[in-house]
Amino acid sequence: MRNLKTFIQDFGWPRIIIFLFLIALFVFAPAVGVRLDASVSDVLNRFGQYAILVLAMVPMIQSGCGLNFGLALGIIAGLLGSTISLQLELRGFAGFFGAIALAAPFSLLLGWLYGKLLNKVKGEEMTIAMYVGFSFVMLMCIMWLVLPFNNPTMVWGFAGKGLRTTITVEGYWLHILNDFLAIKIGRFFIFPTGLLLFVGFCAFCMWVFLRSRTGTAMTAVGSNPDFARASGVSVDNMRTVSVIISTFLGAVGIIVYQQSFGFIQLYTAPSPMVFPAVAAILIGGANINKASMVNVLVGTFLFQGLLTMTPSVINSVLQTDMSEVIRMIVSNGMILYALTRKMKVAK
Amino acid sequence: MSAKKFTKFLSEYAVVIIFVVATVACIGPSRLSVTYIVQEIITRLGRNSFLVISLLLPIFAGMGLNFGMTLGAMAGQIGLIFAVDWGVAGWQGLVFALLVGLPISVLLGWVCGSVMNRAKGREMVTGYILAFFINGIYQFFVLYMLGSVIPMRNPSILLSRGYGIRNTLNLESVRQSLDNIVMARIGPFAVPVVTFAVIALLCIFVVWFKRTKLGQDMRAVGQDMGVADAAGIPVERTRIIAIIISTMFACAGQIIFLQNMGNLATYNAHDQTGFFAVAAILVGGASVTHASIANVFIGVVLLHAMFIVSPLAGQNLFGSAMIGEYFRQFIGYGVIALSLVLYAWKSRKAASDARSLIRTGGSPAANGKGGKE
Amino acid sequence: MGNNEPLLSLKNVSKEFYGNVVLQDVSFDLHEGEILGLVGENGAGKTTLMRILFGMPVIAETGGFKGSICLDGQEVHFSTPFEALDAGIGMVHQEFSLIPGFTTAENIVLNRESMHPSLLNDVFGDRMSILDRPAIKKRAVGAIEKLGVKLDPGMLVSEMPVGHKQFTEIAREISRDKSRILVLDEPTAVLTESEAEVLLESLRRLAKEGVAIIFISHRLQEVVEVADRVVVLRDGLAVKDVPAKGLTIKDSASWMVGRSMAGDAAGAREVRKFDEEILSVEHLWVDMPGETVRDVSASVRKGEIFGIGGLAGQGKLGIPNGIMGLYPAGGKVKLHGRDIALNAPAKALKSGMSFVSEDRRGVGLLLDESLDWNIAFTAMQIHGQYLRPILGGIFTQRDEKGMESLCKEYIELLDIKCTSSRQKAKELSGGNQQKICLAKAFAMRPDLLFVSEPTRGIDVGAKKLVLDTLRKYNREYGTTIVMISSELEELRSICDRIAIIDEGKIAGILPPTADVADFGILMAGIGASEAAAAMAGQEANNA
Repeated sequence: MRNLKTFIQDFGWPRIIIFLFLIALFVFAPAVGVRLDASVSDVLNRFGQYAILVLAMVPMIQSGCGLNFGLALGIIAGLLGSTISLQLELRGFAGFFGAIALAAPFSLLLGWLYGKLLNKVKGEEMTIAMYVGFSFVMLMCIMWLVLPFNNPTMVWGFAGKGLRTTITVEGYWLHILNDFLAIKIGRFFIFPTGLLLFVGFCAFCMWVFLRSRTGTAMTAVGSNPDFARASGVSVDNMRTVSVIISTFLGAVGIIVYQQSFGFIQLYTAPSPMVFPAVAAILIGGANINKASMVNVLVGTFLFQGLLTMTPSVINSVLQTDMSEVIRMIVSNGMILYALTRKMKVAK
Repeated sequence: MSAKKFTKFLSEYAVVIIFVVATVACIGPSRLSVTYIVQEIITRLGRNSFLVISLLLPIFAGMGLNFGMTLGAMAGQIGLIFAVDWGVAGWQGLVFALLVGLPISVLLGWVCGSVMNRAKGREMVTGYILAFFINGIYQFFVLYMLGSVIPMRNPSILLSRGYGIRNTLNLESVRQSLDNIVMARIGPFAVPVVTFAVIALLCIFVVWFKRTKLGQDMRAVGQDMGVADAAGIPVERTRIIAIIISTMFACAGQIIFLQNMGNLATYNAHDQTGFFAVAAILVGGASVTHASIANVFIGVVLLHAMFIVSPLAGQNLFGSAMIGEYFRQFIGYGVIALSLVLYAWKSRKAASDARSLIRTGGSPAANGKGGKE
Repeated sequence: MGNNEPLLSLKNVSKEFYGNVVLQDVSFDLHEGEILGLVGENGAGKTTLMRILFGMPVIAETGGFKGSICLDGQEVHFSTPFEALDAGIGMVHQEFSLIPGFTTAENIVLNRESMHPSLLNDVFGDRMSILDRPAIKKRAVGAIEKLGVKLDPGMLVSEMPVGHKQFTEIAREISRDKSRILVLDEPTAVLTESEAEVLLESLRRLAKEGVAIIFISHRLQEVVEVADRVVVLRDGLAVKDVPAKGLTIKDSASWMVGRSMAGDAAGAREVRKFDEEILSVEHLWVDMPGETVRDVSASVRKGEIFGIGGLAGQGKLGIPNGIMGLYPAGGKVKLHGRDIALNAPAKALKSGMSFVSEDRRGVGLLLDESLDWNIAFTAMQIHGQYLRPILGGIFTQRDEKGMESLCKEYIELLDIKCTSSRQKAKELSGGNQQKICLAKAFAMRPDLLFVSEPTRGIDVGAKKLVLDTLRKYNREYGTTIVMISSELEELRSICDRIAIIDEGKIAGILPPTADVADFGILMAGIGASEAAAAMAGQEANNA
């Protein structure tokens, strides 16, 4: 009884409610005529789309930088990688991995600068990250208009310059991971093997990294920066490294998202990608200074499950689309809950 | 020494300087007449100042930039929806909207203040997220409750499905009813006298408020919660009051803003309210910890001058209006980011300066600071 | 001075925290217009006594106290500090309690401002009243004049020299209507000599006007100078209550620190000889808040246990923290004759030094991580131990097995009470946490070990074990130990030499067998040369 109580306290009511709600949705889905196999397939797919973006939250949380509201920077590095990959007419796996390789230097540079900045503003990281992200997104909006891309599938037809708001990756690397070894069962169920393998691979790499000397030091920095410093670890360097990794994972994450979704979304599109990633890891049980692989996987699954299932189930019941409102309340409520929980403030 | 002073001046007014330079540079390429720009600025002063002033009190109380002011804006919008629904026209409609909106904003302000008390030191990001959260509830209320659970009298403002408010609400009945009570013509310019009178009254209130005991307590709480608490000032209560007043002002401010605009984008009119207000006060030279009424007006004038000229300047310089549009948003967000960075950086620097003061100086007694910090 | 009936009298005040007696039967009276000097070492019970007097909630939360406090012959029970203030007792704390952006006057009347009611009072209450600035200024000036110092009522606190802040605080306390008793906790610690003079002068002036003052200070010179009567607290007992007239610094110092000379364990100890220098420190300054080191030069011999003592806030803790690079520091530090870079913890650790911090929970431990992490972390980061090469050494992984066996080794060696090596550090008791900190330092196999306040906040049994462990480690491995402690007896029981730090400098270095009074004089804040003179005088007496 006591164990159950402490478990609930640690896990938090909001998460339990979301979990039960999702189970209820799955249970009621067949009753209202929603196909379970199609739903599960959909959830798996969206899980794969978003998981790496959520994974990108881990290093910064572990190093005590808090929630990465500046994930937009990583996403933009990814956008640069994928647009350049398209410009170079790279196709298939070459295109996909080319995009990641091209995004790497950008994410390294942006992450390094961003990390340096965050070290100067300890204690205010989250608000500043948010606005640095927003203003960089706006700056890049101008860049997308003026950068000298000229692949006809990418630029506005009438002007011959300036990138389109959405660019299809069809014919380049659409579903390159999704279709790799995909298993099709029946008409509605597709198991995206390649996508999930890739997600698993990234999560494994992160797991290995966190068990290395640097990863251990990073965790210690987040857990108690004074302890880490007294043990000869450079707190600022560790934080910078964590920001760079987070930014790079953001880049990889958006490219994985694009190959599954089918489009590269430019201009103001990166901003709204950030909050769902933050909310997902919190729903998975992470808090502002501790996160694990389990939090990532559980959180992404719960959150995306919720987003997939509510429109179909609730809409069938109420004949109206409340998913947007539910998404807003759940994701922001979760972040709010995490922010107002009592914890020691990392300095 | 003078070089040092110059850098200090630069870091102090960096934001204002960048803005003035950028705006002046844009005026030429925009090819707009000065008369037009001035008229636009007058209009926008009337439209936006009230909202921006609502940020002052939380800054005095040390709670930073109140991104939670959006809550007040939503309350104001609910007020206006009911004013239109009940068909109360003219300035009476605005008063009606205010009467509906104020109690809601008091409630929301109390919620916001209480939540912020649970997240001391993270008020800004918390307020920001809270605004999103309450936005979800607002959408739920306006989109699903109004017309279904709460009966509406005027079916024409409802969506065709029978409940929920239309995406755009025409505010014809109250449109510019405050501005037009007395519209003075000064030279080539039309000046909404009553709107400015209301704003002036609010300024007088703020000045008066700073001289009250509550205002004094708020400043004390804002500078050092620990000391204020030790002196017996009810810290949490004072902070909540600051947020409640701010939310109420934002409610009234949004009503003034929307009566001037003449229509209400039901589901996203408030999205940018906090952003524009915060950007304005920062452009006016305020910081996270210091702000004055002058900052409000300087900020509104500068920010909106930039907003007026930049799209056209972009169009004429680069052949794309979008560049100007993006540019002004970039500037807006950039200003906020820059101010926050400067603030965080300065406060860290001040702390380390204070530490290094401890040991400078000659005799041990002269710098004897011993156990105090 | 009306000395007939005491204004305040404490009768048999006792207090224990969880079975730990901190005050025992403390009684004294305070009369109108009297200045009472209250002296005692850290932990003697001064702070607790003042907390009881002020009705701090922490006292009630920990089970209240025994005995009674009478004001004007009436027994009083304060449940909050505000009640004490209302009864006319004011206190100036060691930490400033001032609003930086307010003026002197605003701070003096903080939350007691003079006001005009306004129209909105009826609706929203008194807080809508308008401040009466002229009246506020008048009251502030009145208080400043009563104090007899020069203060600008319109000056911002943030722009004031530190002495003015102290005067502002005192002015605030005496500006209260009924202010009759004033408690000052180490008021001169932050002042220059001339400022301290002015302060003492104004205290005398206040006393003449009938204000009773309790003056807490470690500077015995000042206490003897200004007080009418001196109460010495030691280990929770009021060991002396004597008139200040004719009191010597030497006497009060020995009362303050002295146990009975006869039962001195330190006297019977072996005297060891050391030759080779391992650590030399020259002109070290350390910028550690609250523990500033100004100018310390010392030499530590290989194999010895070197003690550093002194009162809190005098800078003894700053020394190891500075040498280990945790706080900004300057000067010259040499280990084995080689320069050690300051402000670089990794270099200090790599050179063979290790540090057990006084801030166990803040710096010493990863509270949310397991014991094996806590013990192995530093060795892993600095020496690359407990890492396992993978794929022929392309990268390394934590060697969880190695960490576990290391942890088990120390659990056994130091008798650490825990469920397993995977237990979280925050779940252990204070004593066992301290042992984890020691294990972490031992795992580094240091040549020189700094141990800061190793027995603070742990129970008696654990204390002995920790000290025995240190002694054993020193004897068996020849590890040089520098031990910093507020407890003189502890230092005397284990160290070969003891340096006393006062106001950021070494006041003197004594053998553990030296007279306790000599240690007391070194701590008494009268300056090294005067201390030497006082001791010489004493030795002459002894001879």
